[in-house]
Amino acid sequence: MRNDPEPPLSPAEERDLRRVAAMMVPASTEYDVPGADDPTIFADIVKSLGRDLGDVRRALGALRESVGGAFADADASRAEVAAAALRDAGGAPRAAIERAILQCYYRDDRVLRSLNIEPRPPFPKGHVLEQGDWSLLDVVKKRPKMWRDAPR
Amino acid sequence: MKRNDIVDVLIIGSGAAGAAVAWSLTETKMRILCLEQGDWMKNSEFPSTGRDWEARRFADFDISPNRRRRDTDYPINDDASVMKIANFNGVGGGTVFYTAHWPRLHPSDFKVKSLDGVADDWPIDYWTLEKFFEENDRMMGVSGLEGDPGVPPRHPPMPPIPLGKTGTAYGKAMNKLGWHWWPSDVTVATTEYEGRAACVNIGHCTPGCAHGAKASTDITYWPLAIRAGVELRPRCRVREITTNEHGMASGAIYYDPDGKECFQPAEMVIVACNGVGTPRLLLNSKSGKFPNGLANSSDQVGRNLMLHPWPQVRGYVEEFVDGDRGPMTSIWSKQFYETDPNRDFARGYTLQFARGTGPVNEALQSVSVDQVPWGQGHHAAYRERLYHRLQVGIACDDLPEAHNRVTLDPERKDSHGIPGAKIDYTIGENTRRMMEHGIARATDILQAAGAKHLYTSRTILNSPGHMLGTARMGTDPDRSVVNPWGRCHDVKNLFIVDGSVWVTGGGVNPTSTIQAVALYIADQIKQRLATLFD
Repeated sequence: MRNDPEPPLSPAEERDLRRVAAMMVPASTEYDVPGADDPTIFADIVKSLGRDLGDVRRALGALRESVGGAFADADASRAEVAAAALRDAGGAPRAAIERAILQCYYRDDRVLRSLNIEPRPPFPKGHVLEQGDWSLLDVVKKRPKMWRDAPR
Repeated sequence: MKRNDIVDVLIIGSGAAGAAVAWSLTETKMRILCLEQGDWMKNSEFPSTGRDWEARRFADFDISPNRRRRDTDYPINDDASVMKIANFNGVGGGTVFYTAHWPRLHPSDFKVKSLDGVADDWPIDYWTLEKFFEENDRMMGVSGLEGDPGVPPRHPPMPPIPLGKTGTAYGKAMNKLGWHWWPSDVTVATTEYEGRAACVNIGHCTPGCAHGAKASTDITYWPLAIRAGVELRPRCRVREITTNEHGMASGAIYYDPDGKECFQPAEMVIVACNGVGTPRLLLNSKSGKFPNGLANSSDQVGRNLMLHPWPQVRGYVEEFVDGDRGPMTSIWSKQFYETDPNRDFARGYTLQFARGTGPVNEALQSVSVDQVPWGQGHHAAYRERLYHRLQVGIACDDLPEAHNRVTLDPERKDSHGIPGAKIDYTIGENTRRMMEHGIARATDILQAAGAKHLYTSRTILNSPGHMLGTARMGTDPDRSVVNPWGRCHDVKNLFIVDGSVWVTGGGVNPTSTIQAVALYIADQIKQRLATLFD
C-alpha cells in the first residue's frame, strides 16, 4: 500500500489555496495572531499536504468552477458563496482542505503562544495533571453491587 | 521456495493475543516462532516526540490502514460499512495503538441467551476467565481503584490515574444525577512498574506512548517471551496456512523481509491476527480439501463481525478542563450496562468519559461541523472551545448478525499481492435503540455539567477499532469455527486466540478480555498436550 503519485500544486493552485487559508482563519489584531495565509504558516501548509493533496486539489477545483476562474482573483462576495458551497458539499474535499490548513495553523509558535500553550512537543516534558476531587467518589462507594452475575 | 526448520508452535500475529499466548506457552519448552507482518516500533518515532504530533494522526500514524498506507498494512475495503475499520500492524499490534482503557466483559456478557434471550451464550464464563484476567492485569500493568460496585472485584496493581479537572467536572455531574461512575482502569503506569516509567501526561495515548508508560505487548509480554526462547520475526507476512493429506495444518507460506517466499513447517499453528486479519488469512488459505477457506465448513468464518458502535456527545463548559494534557481516558459509568426490561432494547453500554483534545483536533472537529466558523468569528468561537470540552462516549454492546461479515476483496491487494479484506456491516435495530438511549443519557450528563454547544456524532470515523466475532467459539461445529478452548472444529492442530472467537461483543473495550481468553486457551493447550490433536 503506497501513496499514489500526485503532482504538487501548481502556482495557480497555491494562490487559490492561500486565499482559502486567509478566508478560513483571518489574521486578528484582537487576539494578536497571524492569519493562515501568513508566509511561514502557508509554507508549512503547502509542504505538509501529504495524503490530502488529491482531495485538496479537488476542493480547489470546485472553488474555481464555482467562481468561473481563479479563486484567488474572485471578488469577495463570489468567493464567500463558493466557499459556502464547498462547506455544504462536505465530504473528503472539505475535510482535506480544512485539515491541511488547520493542522499547520494550530502548531505555529505565535498562534500557540496566543493560546497560552508552550510551543513544544508533548514528549519528554509532559504536563501536570492535578488529582482532582476524590471526595466526590464517596457517595458512589456506598452504592450496592450493580453488576449481574450469570449461571456458571 | 525456501523451507525452514520445523517448529512446534507457529503463532501468526504478535498483538494482544499472540504475545500473551507466546509467553504463556514458554513453560512448555516447545520451539515457538511468531511471524509478524509489521515492524518493531521505536518510541523515539512516535508522534508525541515532534511538533507535528497531531498531524501525524492523519498520516503515518492514522488509525485507518487505508489512509496510513504503510507497506506493512493491508487494504480493507470498508465502503459497505457504516463503521470504518481501525487497526495497527506491528509488533504489539493494536496494543501499540489503543487508548489503554481496560474494562473487562461482565459475567452477564457471556450468557446473553440465558439471561436476555438474545444471540448466543459463550461456551465459557467469566469465572473461568477470572484468574487469567488477574494474571493479565499484572502482566500488562493496570492502574485503577478497587471497590467499584459496577464491576466484579479486581485488583489493579497500581493506583488510578488522576481525576484531574475533567474527571472532577464529570463526577459532579454524575453525582447530581445520582448515577454510577468510577475512575477507569487503564494500562497506563501511574508508578514505575516492571521497567516502565510512570506517566508524565504527554497527552493522547493512542498512537504509541513515547514515554513507555502505556502497556503494549512489545514492551510487556514480548521481552519476557523472547528471553524465554520464543523467536519473533518481524516483517514476515503470511500468505496462507498450508495443510497436509490428513487435513492437518502443516505450516504457513510467508514473505520474508526481502520479499522471498518461504515455507515454515509447524506441528501446530495458532492464529492471532484480529477479527479482520484472521478471517482474511483463513479465507486466503483455500485448498482442494478446504475449498471455502480453512476451518470454514460451517460457513461461519468472517461472519458475525462486531465493531462496537460508539456514539459520542460533546459539549463545552465555562471552566478550563484538562484537554490533551493527560491520559485520554478519565472515568467510566456502568449505570446502563445491564439489561433493563423497562427499556426498548436488550443489553446495555458503558459510558466512557474522555479527557479532551489538543489544539489541532479541537479546530478540525469544531470547524468540520460549523461550530467554529471560517472567517470573522473563528478565533472567538475557537477560544470558547479549546480546553473547555467534555465528551461522553457510548460503548454499545454489539450482537452478532450473520450478514455482518469479512470477505476477500480480489481487487485491493497488499504489497505482496495478497487479496485484502472487504467489510459488510450494518448496525442492528437493537443496537440503534441502545445508541439513542445512550445519546440521551450522555446529553443529560453534559447538561448537568453545565455544558453548552452540544454536538452528537453517531458513528465516529475510523474508531473504535474493535473487530470481533468472525471465527466464533461454540460447541456446535455447524454454527461455530472453534471449540470452547480455541481449537478449530475442522483442523485439530489449528487454534484461534484473538477477538475473532468472541460470541458476543459486550459494551466495553475488548483488549483485556481478548488477552484473558488467549491466556485461557494457552492454558488449555498446556493441560491437554498429551491428547491435544485427538
